[in-house]
Amino acid sequence: MRVEHELHGRRKGRNIGIGLVLVGFVALVFGLTVVKTLSLGSIVELEANDHVLRPQLIPQDDAGATQEGAKP
Amino acid sequence: MTDASLTETDMPGLGAPEAGFGDYFALLKPRVMTLVVFTAMVGLLVAPVPVHPFIAFVAVLCIAVGGGASGALNMWWDADIDAVMRRTRNRPVPAGRVTAGEALAVGLALSGFAVVLLFLAVGALAAGLLAFTIFFYAVIYTMWLKRSTPQNIVIGGAAGAFPPMIGWAAATGTVSLESVLMFALIFMWTPPHFWALALFVKSDYGDAGVPMLTETHGRRSTRKHILAYTILLLPVALGLGFTSIGGPIYLAVSLVLNLQFLGGGWRLFKRDDADAEADNYAAERRVFKISLGYLFLHFGALLVEAALRPWGGSWQLLSALVGA
Repeated sequence: MRVEHELHGRRKGRNIGIGLVLVGFVALVFGLTVVKTLSLGSIVELEANDHVLRPQLIPQDDAGATQEGAKP
Repeated sequence: MTDASLTETDMPGLGAPEAGFGDYFALLKPRVMTLVVFTAMVGLLVAPVPVHPFIAFVAVLCIAVGGGASGALNMWWDADIDAVMRRTRNRPVPAGRVTAGEALAVGLALSGFAVVLLFLAVGALAAGLLAFTIFFYAVIYTMWLKRSTPQNIVIGGAAGAFPPMIGWAAATGTVSLESVLMFALIFMWTPPHFWALALFVKSDYGDAGVPMLTETHGRRSTRKHILAYTILLLPVALGLGFTSIGGPIYLAVSLVLNLQFLGGGWRLFKRDDADAEADNYAAERRVFKISLGYLFLHFGALLVEAALRPWGGSWQLLSALVGA
């Protein structure tokens, strides 16, 4: 009984190549993320990038002005 | 129960040789890619803004992959004429190892990958320029102008001239005189380089219905065109030496190379085909050889100028040497 289809042997080179390309792609995105993150000036910039509203990140002057503007 | 077995009639490509990884890589025209990588890297490294090495690597990779993707799109569209010409009939699509649809898919997927990743890595301008380059090569050149005008080489050369400009934009976020002149250098160099080759290589573009200058306007006219472009190239190449990325080393190299190229262009202009056949196209072969070194050494000299910048640049070093 043949356990493995001959197609797998025939396409071995292609499959390994695509596997390496995908690993390279992951490494590329990971490396880019690390470099971009480490190049940020302060941790506040990183926190501001997580798409969650954090009132503590809003500069005090702006926050005050917004509250003033909201008064009737 | 369904009969899931496949016959050759179900899969038209079954009898054809199966594509290996190398066949998909060949769609990207790796030899053209080397020029793209080198000029893009120089454009990025000579820029006055330092770039993180990993970001620089990703940027050059994206530009190379984008260039390769446009090559795959070119092979998809040109499969019919590639099958006719001897030089191209062993390419993966006309040879039947890769289907035209697969070439299209590879081209589109890699174009998207390269442009998006370049945008994330360095910004919108470089990514936009890369997207335009791919569009220009695949649509304007391949689909439109290649088969309709003998000036196809001139216009197609623009696509090959963009990489240093994209590299510069990746570093600085701008387009400036330096990057425009680097673009112009490759743009003006491409036609005489290619036409010198066309004079001594017997091509079958005519059989494929591609209008080449040597066949539509004759070889005499091609010789005139080569001389005209070598003359026009001179101010562009020397002008680059007086910008912020140039210097005396670049200017000296450029002057020698331009005089060589110009001399070669003049010799080709003075000859006719009878002279050329008498010495087996020796002068034409020599001009082609000069043109190969021409671009490499110009961009190499720019790299040397950039490498000397920490010591005040080559102008300052020269004045110190003269003063000493």
